[in-house]
Amino acid sequence: MTAITVPAVLPERRGHTAARRRSLRPGVVLGLAFIGLLAVAAAAPGLLTAHDPLEISSAGAFVPPGAEHLLGTDQSGRDTLARMVYGARSSLVMGLGATAIAVTLGSAIGLLAGLANRYVEGAVMRLIDVALSIPDLLLALVVITLLGTGTVNALFAVAFASVPYYARMIRAQTHVVRSAAYVEAATALGLRRSAVIRRHILPNAFKPLVVLATIGVGNAIGAGASLSFLGLGTKPPAPEWGNMLSLGIQYISNDPFMVIVPGVAITLTVLSVTVVGRDLRRRTEGRS
Amino acid sequence: MRQLKRIATRFAAGVGVLWGAATLSFAALHVTAGDAALATVAGDGANPTQAVLDRVRADYGLDQPLWQQYLGYLGRLLQGDLGESYQQRVPVATAIGEQLGETVQLALSAALVAVVLAVGTAVLTARRRPWIRSAASGTELVLTSFPTFVLGLVLLIVFSFQAGWFPVSGNDGPAALVLPTFTLALPIAATLSQVLRTELEEVLEQPFILTARSRGMRDAGVRLRHALRHALIQIVTMSGFVIGGLLGGAVITETLFVRRGVGQLMLTATTSKDIPLVLGVVLFAAAVYVVVNLVVDIVYGLIDPRVVTA
Repeated sequence: MTAITVPAVLPERRGHTAARRRSLRPGVVLGLAFIGLLAVAAAAPGLLTAHDPLEISSAGAFVPPGAEHLLGTDQSGRDTLARMVYGARSSLVMGLGATAIAVTLGSAIGLLAGLANRYVEGAVMRLIDVALSIPDLLLALVVITLLGTGTVNALFAVAFASVPYYARMIRAQTHVVRSAAYVEAATALGLRRSAVIRRHILPNAFKPLVVLATIGVGNAIGAGASLSFLGLGTKPPAPEWGNMLSLGIQYISNDPFMVIVPGVAITLTVLSVTVVGRDLRRRTEGRS
Repeated sequence: MRQLKRIATRFAAGVGVLWGAATLSFAALHVTAGDAALATVAGDGANPTQAVLDRVRADYGLDQPLWQQYLGYLGRLLQGDLGESYQQRVPVATAIGEQLGETVQLALSAALVAVVLAVGTAVLTARRRPWIRSAASGTELVLTSFPTFVLGLVLLIVFSFQAGWFPVSGNDGPAALVLPTFTLALPIAATLSQVLRTELEEVLEQPFILTARSRGMRDAGVRLRHALRHALIQIVTMSGFVIGGLLGGAVITETLFVRRGVGQLMLTATTSKDIPLVLGVVLFAAAVYVVVNLVVDIVYGLIDPRVVTA
């Protein structure tokens, strides 16, 4: 089944001049700005909202957007903006945490496959084929069935579901680098195998990982929100965009705002990270 | 001969993937088997005696040596026996079979819509003026960034609650199928169309396209008769991605639109920790993936003989 694989990153059209490559596109600037805003919300939510995400306002439930509650209140009278701001932390922790775990595990497995003998490599690659034959979300649901629901388990589920992609990429990259002239030269110069791996193979095999991992953070945020939406991840009353959205559906006809606000936030987050990741790829690919 | 040998190799690889999936599934069942026996008898705070537990363990074959359990499991799988659901007390295969029709209907219509949209957009926008390409690729980027449930909600708000054209939920009739179909299809269509346009633009730069144009062939003819035929091969290789998107997306789409189907079954099984049912759906998904990829591999070799000789 290895012959048929989806390109993990889509091919970009050639022909960019060096100047165009260096220039900052407006979309990228907007993306970076939004990511910056999220980072502030996650690090210091108090800067962006005066309300507590769990506090019940004296103004009551379903208050429309106004001066006191900029995005209104939800069905329990909690400030929607405060819940969004505090929810940013959950999203970023999910995106960065799941990706960090997936990259670490995936790289270890990919390196093992790329550098070990062909029997080990064959076994590892078959395992990766098995994992890739199962849709990501179903794989995540298996992990949740075994571990149980909740924030941490959802994070592990999202991480495990993306491990095979990183493993496959690192293994392929290790192969490319291993047969490169500079690695042969280093070996010919009498460098020890461990030194060749550490000094030459590792840094070069990891180059494209940065791009893939950046786009992966966006996907992980979307996947984490999906799991919370399905009721398997972070549970209410903790503020999380996915569960805010699934709660909002019940009140969609009298207050669509409760659905629109978290929906827009999730989409903008994934979009921003993807735009920045693709720009990163455009830059790195142009250089090599 | 070469063709046959290639198919045989692919077939073996497919069987290998399924065997691996079955082995992992067995491992997962085995690790959780203690819970299984308890879950069977310990409903509602019951306090089973050791004798009862032993009998349940014997019923599930948990007292046999491991290799015997493993071979028995593989043998039953070969006969299409995926075990029994802990919660529903029916064979997993029956539970999936009952829900399959609805999901197949949804997945097939979504696949059709996705391919038609992707081919249409790519053919119309490849190598056109920059603003047309930017508009198309911008839309695609936004669509691929929409998590399925957000996209579905947008469609629900606009077309059900505001316009009132389609029912909000349920399985009744073709009208109820429209919004779930587009929810499932649009992100897939966007990705396919990105890949297809890149491919089309490469093909349109080939010398044989220039030849066709110099014969006086019209632009539409060149695009459809020559370029599309080459570019479609790229779509065929993405069938694995499409299946993953359809089956994973079905869980979310069916939940959002409150539809019966395998996706809904999978979610219920996950929340109730019905491990045999969860693993059954996963094995089923892997089998679909393997079979479709095998068919695609065979078709691919027939369309493009270079694959065989390479």
